[in-house]
Amino acid sequence: MGMASRSLKSLLVAAFSAFSLFFSVNTFASETPAGGEKHEETAFDPSKLIMEHIMDAHEYHFATIGEKHVSIPLPVILYSPERGWSLFNYSKFNHGHDVYEGYKTEEGHIIPVNAAGEHDTTVKVYDLSLTRNVVQMFIGVFLLCFLMIKVANKYKRNGAKVAPSGFQNAVEPVITFVRDEVGKPNLGHAYEKYMPYLLTVFFFILINNLLGLIPGTANVTGNIAFTIVLGFISFLVILFSTNKHFWGHIFNPPVPGFVKPILVPVEFFGIFTKPFALIVRLFANMVAGHIVITCFVMLIFIFGAMSKVAGWGFAPVSLAFTIFIYFIEILVAFIQAFIFTNLTAVFIGQSMEGAHHDEAHH
Amino acid sequence: MELLNPGLGLLVWTLLAFLIVFFLLKSLAWKPILSTLKERETGIADAIASADKVKAEMAALKNENEVMMAKAREERAVMIKEAKETADKMVADAKEKAKAEFDRIVAEAQTAITQQKNAALTDVKNQVGSLVIEVAEKVLSRELSNKSEQENYIKQLAEGVKLN
Repeated sequence: MGMASRSLKSLLVAAFSAFSLFFSVNTFASETPAGGEKHEETAFDPSKLIMEHIMDAHEYHFATIGEKHVSIPLPVILYSPERGWSLFNYSKFNHGHDVYEGYKTEEGHIIPVNAAGEHDTTVKVYDLSLTRNVVQMFIGVFLLCFLMIKVANKYKRNGAKVAPSGFQNAVEPVITFVRDEVGKPNLGHAYEKYMPYLLTVFFFILINNLLGLIPGTANVTGNIAFTIVLGFISFLVILFSTNKHFWGHIFNPPVPGFVKPILVPVEFFGIFTKPFALIVRLFANMVAGHIVITCFVMLIFIFGAMSKVAGWGFAPVSLAFTIFIYFIEILVAFIQAFIFTNLTAVFIGQSMEGAHHDEAHH
Repeated sequence: MELLNPGLGLLVWTLLAFLIVFFLLKSLAWKPILSTLKERETGIADAIASADKVKAEMAALKNENEVMMAKAREERAVMIKEAKETADKMVADAKEKAKAEFDRIVAEAQTAITQQKNAALTDVKNQVGSLVIEVAEKVLSRELSNKSEQENYIKQLAEGVKLN
């Protein structure tokens, strides 16, 4: 029953995304002749739409019907050394038409303007707005904390003697999986110390991956800023776990003397490539999934632009592919969370592995 | 490329969000969950270990019982054998003793008989002697005139002799 309802949900999700995209595409079609302003997207521009879909924004934009935008504007928080703090709603910009408190929005970016309405390059602005990625991330954080604390309270209440029940049953195998398949094999006896970090990373990525799959929501894990922060934290954790043996291996690798000048920079560079790989892997995987799904939906409108019949004719094919990719994306959401966690554990394990372990390898 | 340009706001907020989740869940979720899981797992492991131990103990006990039973059987056999031996010995001893007593009694009786016989014989001899003397006296004292009368008298006397 669970499988059936889930597939039904996925179908609805796909249908909804197609529906919402249909309206947003319509916007550009109808806006061009009506609006007097100069827009670059005079024709249907799928790449721009895709980018709009996967990038961060200051509003949740669902649809545009005629001139009416169906969107949830989000709070804007700006700091400028020259002007101080500014806090207002994004709706004040009136969809990019108005200037507010000396700022205006251009291509989704907030830029400072001078009295004449020109871009004021002398003012430095730090945009700390609650963008849709931020808002969604905090929804995810709230959801995650709520669910996990609820589950944890159940553990506290029932103790070790009572078999898990309800959502506890769904969470427990995942936690034991992270512990037994990620923590223990990679970290050995020290695994207990790292479990809270590994579990947090896993579930933090997972919940944001899954929330990002809901149509209309933001692509949080497919944003480079998100993955940079997680990668940076991994980098710090890896660095703080290093031991003498690790650094010895980097600056004095067990190779003949003439190879050392080549290997030492490579090994040293490796310290940075590991978290970098984590950052890029998660980002690329999630962004690619979103691009593929939106591309399949776009295909309907690309064909539709050629001929209406082709558009309608291709719609079922496109929908089928979208649903297929959607299932893959659900899988990818779990896999990428696991891979990020697992590789972090592997790197931590490498950074603290002892000399005896090393000798066993060579 | 715009896609690879991280937004400052998102960087800051992600860091904040992650740290909030980490510290909140570390103390409120992961610790109780992991400790309960560990407790449960060690509990199960302990239960299995103790079950194994009890099983081993049971097996040892059974073994011990069997050994004891075998020993008891052996002891019983030995005891029966010993009892039989003792009984046989007692019977043999009793028989021997009885025989010895019997022999003694018989010997004593024989001795007594012999003594009495001898005494009786002596007595008879003495009586016969005295009778002979008596008869001889009478014969001698009667100076028989008649030879036939003499012979009758002897006959009479001889008849009067009572050999008791």
